[in-house]
Amino acid sequence: MAKKKGSATFSIPDFTQSPRIDKVGVEERVSRFQKRSIKKEAKMQGLRMALNMIDLTTLEGKDTPGKVKQMCFKAAHLHDVHPGLPTVAAVCVYPSMVATAKKEVEGTGIKVASVSTAFPSGQAPLEVKLMDTKFAVDAGADEIDMVISRGKFLSGEYNFVFDEIAAIKEACGNARLKVILETGELVTLDNVRRASDIAMYAGADFIKTSTGKIQPAATMQVTYTMLEAIRDFKLKTGIQVGMKPAGGISNSKLALHNLVMVNEVLGGEWLTNEWFRFGASSLANDVLMQIMKTETGVYQSSDYFSID
Amino acid sequence: MARLEVLKTYKIYIGGAFPRTESGRYYTPKNAKGEALGNICLSSRKDVRNAVVAARKAFGGWSERAAFNRGQILYRIGEMLEGRKAQFVEELQLQGVSKAKAEKEVGVAVDRLVYYAGWCDKVSQVSGGVNAVASSHFNFSVNEPTGVVGIIADQSTSLIGLVSQIAPVIAGGNSCVVLASEEIPLCAITFAEVLNSSDVPGGVVNILTGSVDEMLKPLATHMDVNAIVYASTDASKLKEIQEYAVDNLKRVRHYSQDWMDADSQGLHFITDLMEIKTTWHPIENIGGATSSY
Repeated sequence: MAKKKGSATFSIPDFTQSPRIDKVGVEERVSRFQKRSIKKEAKMQGLRMALNMIDLTTLEGKDTPGKVKQMCFKAAHLHDVHPGLPTVAAVCVYPSMVATAKKEVEGTGIKVASVSTAFPSGQAPLEVKLMDTKFAVDAGADEIDMVISRGKFLSGEYNFVFDEIAAIKEACGNARLKVILETGELVTLDNVRRASDIAMYAGADFIKTSTGKIQPAATMQVTYTMLEAIRDFKLKTGIQVGMKPAGGISNSKLALHNLVMVNEVLGGEWLTNEWFRFGASSLANDVLMQIMKTETGVYQSSDYFSID
Repeated sequence: MARLEVLKTYKIYIGGAFPRTESGRYYTPKNAKGEALGNICLSSRKDVRNAVVAARKAFGGWSERAAFNRGQILYRIGEMLEGRKAQFVEELQLQGVSKAKAEKEVGVAVDRLVYYAGWCDKVSQVSGGVNAVASSHFNFSVNEPTGVVGIIADQSTSLIGLVSQIAPVIAGGNSCVVLASEEIPLCAITFAEVLNSSDVPGGVVNILTGSVDEMLKPLATHMDVNAIVYASTDASKLKEIQEYAVDNLKRVRHYSQDWMDADSQGLHFITDLMEIKTTWHPIENIGGATSSY
């Protein structure tokens, strides 16, 4: 089977033959990324970069237009006490909140991402998922975060999963598609690798670890496995795919470890918010507190930062 | 064959656990006879940071507990301390206190805990109350804990100063980070073991050993610390603390008394680390002949 994406033509591999992952090796490699010494100036650069890569997220049943407006304001005004800070990359909301968010971030350069396809479970028929996606795109979403059908994936119906992603990709139009694998439900790293391959060959612009509703979420092991898949895909097809770890990255230290890992596995080309994102709600404040700590030399308190 | 005695490792107390200092450093304080007291953790500013994070995390739950329950827990600390009296006496003697004085010191420490245990659910009745106002409002004031309190323990005693400073702070519902006596730190860590087995939630009290000079700045400048209690007579150090405290307007309390004295306790030690909240509630009439309340 051959598939054309953009100008590149490539053949679809047999996903049952996706590479197996050496878990012990991954753990060993990942622990190395956590031992890099990042000193003041580089740390500041890294923190600012991390801020600019955040998808500020609110995905709760209790979300209201007011809550979304407040978050959008925060996205553009992270800490006005300190001028010259970057904004976050995007805000991530449910489809029903896209129109509100779009209006709020107008003119700031911040993108609006919408989850779709019956997020977070994905347990809905394809027609519903397509409508969900189209609704979000029509409301002005710049990016779509879809979930894969984990049940189908785990029962070995890889073609079903592939076709579904391809169909959603079509429905996205110009919006970029992030595919959430929900790695916490895939159990093994072998499955994470296989799902990554399926998603990328089916047309994902980004692959994303988790919904944030299931633990464990974005562990370094899982992200590393996905980054390796992205590198292999680029080597085979020439197509660059982005990465978004989401859920569980709540402090600056973890964010910096992730940036180190991206740099060492994929290279500097991925170190922009075009190709790398953090899905998080509480990370922004921790990074801000770290920046202020580094500048003032005084440990900070969340009392003096806006609520996330 | 003579048995080789197993010596205790003195570690610090953060968030209900006993880690070593993240810096991996230690120091060896000696008593007047030149005997080593032990290898004690020389904590760093990062330990201070971790302790404040633990204290902040614990503050919510502790402050919201029923005052009566806090009293029960303080009493429990007293019970556990009493049960380990012999160990404290031994440590105090090693640190240069005579046996009779050591026994008295532990006794006073237990009594002090029981004293503050009794106060827990009575603070608001005595210190708060209904205020007379000239409008039709039901106006009342209640005491609320200040927050995370940094305590620089009395440096001249190992146990009684520490206990006398911690007890009123946690009785009021605060959580705290304590810098133990630098030269005689043994009882501070053994007291942490007592706390750990007395239903005190992890993080409510955190105890660090090491150089006070080194830890003072990160603690007293920390924006998430709401108050500092200092109990020594060094005026230049007090001035230093007051300057550090300016950034977030920390409450600074300074005590200089003999903690063995029975009068070195009282309601004001609790209310010193509490804020008063006053509420105005619209009402028709109160306390008069036509009042229905």
